[in-house]
Amino acid sequence: MTARLTVENATKRFGGLVAVDGVSFEVPTTGVTAVIGPNGAGKTTLFNLISGALEPTSGRVLFEGEDVTRLAPEKRAARGLVRTFQLVKLFADLTAVENVAVGAHLKSRGGLLAALLGTPATRAMERRVDEKARALLDRVGLGAVADRRADTLSYGRRRLLEVARALAAEPRLLLLDEPAAGLDAEESARLSSLIRAVAAEGTSVLLIEHDMQLVMNTADQVVVVDFGRKIAQGTPAEVKADPAVIAAYLG
Amino acid sequence: MTNSPDTISPEAIGKAFAPVPRGLGAILGFAPWLVVVALIGTALVVGGYISTVVAFALIYALFVSGLNVFMGLTAQVSFGHNAFAAIGGYTSAVLTTAYDWSPIAAMGAGLAGALALAAVIGWPTLRLKGHYLSMGTLAIGLITYEIAVQWTSVTQGYMGISGIPSLGIGRFEAVSDRQILVVLTLTAALGAWCVARIRRSRFGRALAAIAGSEEAARALGIDVASYKLASFLISAGYASIAGSLFVHVVGYVSPEVFGLHMVILAFTMLYVGGIGTVVGPLVGALLVSMLPETFRGFRDYQDLAYGAALIAILVYAPRGLAGLAELFRKDAP
Repeated sequence: MTARLTVENATKRFGGLVAVDGVSFEVPTTGVTAVIGPNGAGKTTLFNLISGALEPTSGRVLFEGEDVTRLAPEKRAARGLVRTFQLVKLFADLTAVENVAVGAHLKSRGGLLAALLGTPATRAMERRVDEKARALLDRVGLGAVADRRADTLSYGRRRLLEVARALAAEPRLLLLDEPAAGLDAEESARLSSLIRAVAAEGTSVLLIEHDMQLVMNTADQVVVVDFGRKIAQGTPAEVKADPAVIAAYLG
Repeated sequence: MTNSPDTISPEAIGKAFAPVPRGLGAILGFAPWLVVVALIGTALVVGGYISTVVAFALIYALFVSGLNVFMGLTAQVSFGHNAFAAIGGYTSAVLTTAYDWSPIAAMGAGLAGALALAAVIGWPTLRLKGHYLSMGTLAIGLITYEIAVQWTSVTQGYMGISGIPSLGIGRFEAVSDRQILVVLTLTAALGAWCVARIRRSRFGRALAAIAGSEEAARALGIDVASYKLASFLISAGYASIAGSLFVHVVGYVSPEVFGLHMVILAFTMLYVGGIGTVVGPLVGALLVSMLPETFRGFRDYQDLAYGAALIAILVYAPRGLAGLAELFRKDAP
């Protein structure tokens, strides 16, 4: 079986700075893959190359065997590659449940005409979207605040809401950009079990993370980058014992 | 961005923040609608001068409702929607006076013209980020004004076109103040109803997503450029119909009618009433139209008053009168 995602020799230069330098790795169709590295190692740039926010200077990104290197983010999302943001980007004026309903955009139908006519079919679909959104909020533990505006939620809850919103798009590959940033230990543990549960259902997960605890508890495979280059790859236990990784983190 | 910790239990929050606002919030929520109904009702009963003022207000309400789809629901900026009102208005004026078209057919032609222009302008500019679109719309508003002034063989320039027939469909013709008022009320109500429907739909959610974060919207598979264009076209359509209604109600059109002043007035109405809400454009248009009548002595200072009102609203009630209810809700940020 081909990999869910293949990064081939991805390189990104900003002027003289090489933020990502010839990185290659694969995300298998099952399980959780994590990319870790010290601050400024090029993790976020790598993430942006995968999500489509940036185009690589050279190299390729393949999604389920197809080249998506130059595909716009919304087109990647339509194929099942859905991301969250390091700095949470919720729709502040909408309630939590409406935010998740937006996530179901690709999985529902209806344009302007459907909005104006409000046919039984459209109403039935709206009900399904609402039910699905509430079920997802229950799942991430936000069921009780479903009708609150997103910008009134605590930081940790906003992060969970963003994950619920991404899940509403029924991704084939869920990209999480530092999902544990700003979470307390309890929230982080809850997130970890959520990620495991999502992966168990057949969605592959790629997370870029700073929080080693979360990575060690959650990931099946870890890719370590430093100064834009991949310096190690393996199971959490393997990379933890790798001298190059220890040097990068301590040195 | 407030990172306030949640100290209340989730259950308590669920109860306290049920979707329906209660108490003072609920009263303030309905108040704008009551004001709208009361003003239109008074105009219908009393008739005469006030009905003329309310008629103009209702035409503006339609224009502003459309602008609200683009500026409120989608959070884009346009300084040039007067151009689309001008196209609707002049098409109606020229076709009904020089070519004897029926008002409704002329209105349809104007609408088609406005939508075509909106597509031509919107297609390239909406793909760009930032203020290119706003600049483009400002230009198109000014250019349209100049065309209305200079293309005298069709528009009669500053002289304007007079003798435009009243509104009518088939054998029915709205001639009396009350008939006109009823037609305009129904049109404005239909316009507001459509906005309400859009707001509560998948289409409207996509617009709200673009308003919230274009980046996040794209990450969820929303084709931002297409939705922006659709929103732009809808608002241009509203503007065109409002322009057509205007010339039929007044019976006369000249370039000043659709000048930059129209944009300033519409912005004031939109922000005073409440941007992004359904009732905002209605209550904003009605109240702002009544103000100069209330303070007739200060006529010369009208634009100054609009400017002052705009600033006060933006600072103290960014969601306008329709948003006052929200300020009293406990979960307000």
